Amino acid sequence: MKTMMKLFLAGVAFAGLFASAHAEDKPTIEIMSSWTSGGEAAALNVIKTEFEKRGGVWKDSSIAGFGAADAAFQNRIVAGDAPGAKQGVIGLAAADFINQGLFNPIDDVAAAGKWADALPKSIHDLISYDGKIYLAPTGAHGESWLFYSKEAFEKAGISQEPKTWDELFADLDKLKAAGMVPVAWGGQPWQQTKVFNMILLSQVGIDGFLKIYVDKDKSPASVEGVKKTLEILGKLRGYVDAGAAGRNWNDATAMLITAKAGVQFMGDWAKGEFTVAGKEPGKDYGCMIVPESKGMVYIADALWFPKTGKAETDKAQKLLAEVVMDPAVQVEFALKKGSVPMRADVDKSKLDACAQKGVELMSAGAIVPDQAIVLTPQQVGALDDFVDEYWSGGSSDAGAAAENFFAIFE
Amino acid sequence: MSIKRKPNLSATIALLPTWFVAVVVFIGTMAWSIRLSFTNSTLFPSSTYVGLAQYSKLFSSAKWLASLQNVLIFGVLYVAGCLLLGFLLAAALDRKIRFESAFRTIFLYPYAMSFVVTGLIWQWMLNPMLGIQASVRSLGWESFVLDWVVNRDMAIYALVLAGVWQGAGLVMVIALAGMRGIEAEQWKAARIDGIPVWRIYVSIILPQLGPALAAAGMLLAMGVIKTYDIVVAMTNGGPGNATEVPAKFIMDNLFGRQNLGLATAGATVLVLGVIIAVAPFRYAMHMRDKAKGAA
Repeated sequence: MKTMMKLFLAGVAFAGLFASAHAEDKPTIEIMSSWTSGGEAAALNVIKTEFEKRGGVWKDSSIAGFGAADAAFQNRIVAGDAPGAKQGVIGLAAADFINQGLFNPIDDVAAAGKWADALPKSIHDLISYDGKIYLAPTGAHGESWLFYSKEAFEKAGISQEPKTWDELFADLDKLKAAGMVPVAWGGQPWQQTKVFNMILLSQVGIDGFLKIYVDKDKSPASVEGVKKTLEILGKLRGYVDAGAAGRNWNDATAMLITAKAGVQFMGDWAKGEFTVAGKEPGKDYGCMIVPESKGMVYIADALWFPKTGKAETDKAQKLLAEVVMDPAVQVEFALKKGSVPMRADVDKSKLDACAQKGVELMSAGAIVPDQAIVLTPQQVGALDDFVDEYWSGGSSDAGAAAENFFAIFE
Repeated sequence: MSIKRKPNLSATIALLPTWFVAVVVFIGTMAWSIRLSFTNSTLFPSSTYVGLAQYSKLFSSAKWLASLQNVLIFGVLYVAGCLLLGFLLAAALDRKIRFESAFRTIFLYPYAMSFVVTGLIWQWMLNPMLGIQASVRSLGWESFVLDWVVNRDMAIYALVLAGVWQGAGLVMVIALAGMRGIEAEQWKAARIDGIPVWRIYVSIILPQLGPALAAAGMLLAMGVIKTYDIVVAMTNGGPGNATEVPAKFIMDNLFGRQNLGLATAGATVLVLGVIIAVAPFRYAMHMRDKAKGAA
């Protein structure tokens, strides 16, 4: 009921939105983000430092939890009190706001910075709506990663990265036998969905993945792929600890850092946690694309720029867009966050071994979009429900579940 | 015979803002959200009507059906549990024990906490890796299991446990106040007749506490419908759908899933549910008053 009232009041607030045009002051901006874990905060700080160096005033409104930040943002928008910038993903989630005319385009910044040349075409297409550029990409993340603790692998006597799922399960058995938690499982629906997707890609390949999520194809081959995916996912249930339900991804990463657990399925932002803990890729921990996968699921972060009606914020938004796409910032940000720079023309030599692998796959085009890019938020929610229900329900009938999978597109 | 009173102009004017708030804010927004439930609104309100499509989607959603079932289980056990435990606590304190006020404070204290705090505390205690299970195991009882929060079949009862822990104090205070209002003569009379104490409580005290306990029950029942924060803090609706509740379903769809149409349909069903539950009760009261008036 309270929400309704806010929606109701939005109209009133909107009138105020166009009325105000105050004296031009220092470019001031309020940034709303959900980047609160160690690595994420360090990455955000890279942007902040450069932004302030160029004369901007930075106001942080960080909210832990992606969904919580989104909800708060919608509330603010609807109440007519939008923050100056919001960290979000590139994809359909932003489309509704842009279609309603709530965001500022940043065409001139993009033109001046020659974004069209610097960005991969697919990303450039995704941040453009009706020929205008609205989002400033910060970095791309690979989501098909399997991280493992070298110390745990050593203790369990595993000397090689597993090449197939069967080999992986054999290794997990060894970890279990050595008294460790084999899989550090993040028990929130969104994390489980990401594991589902990385397994799916390994089972159906790039074309099959796109067929399912983009074309909504329900051919026998697709159903079979989903079924095989669910079987592998189901098998993983036997390798997680009792405290997995509801666990945050960074808490799961901490289990690897302390060598309490062997492996974690996660996006490459987990590297940020390792970095903050002083762990080095290749030495303390390893990263590999999940077994049998010929490519990588990716997601791209960006900054969104809502209309606030304040001149100093408009100025700050342009400055911020410039800063975010600065080649040096892109690299520095990627190092802290564990992501891959969006610009193709940056110095990649500084990137760690894991990021190099990601860049390779990305430039080879062996990537498929995360569900948030190609599905509506309603469908993403339905997919989360589907995977969570299967994972927690303990259903052993992957075939029947695979048939139900396609209902998420309805 | 009723006395006809002239409407008092200044009082009417003074009440105008209240009327305005009641009509516009409460009824208006309610009507507005009911309207939205018949549209295909997603992130922003839309005026494309789709009939009952959102409702059919709602009732084909396993999550929604599970949430209704969960709130029913939680509601019945929570209210019953609070009333029972609250009454027992009150009866115990009523026995003129030492340190009564200290106990009263301790038992009422949980009620002063927010559900978020309660939820978090119980989540930690019931978390098999951190809480009771872990500490009992570290004492040497290796096979001890208390994993309600992460167990699909038990998670809802973990919520009830935490809820009762929090709510029983309120019932205790109300019941105790009621007991203190009962005349000492009745006790003396019952004693002389040699009636055992438990029998006095069940057959003499309890019936007289009816109105007080009904009030406490009503307060608790109203909390059940909007149960949200304790679920979010303890289980976030999981594992799977095991502790999903309607209020959380609605909030999730309002914000996280940008699904205004479905969320308002859920809210409407909830309001309808309350009306259906309360209507017979109100009707019975009305008839009783009428019958009294006629007599």
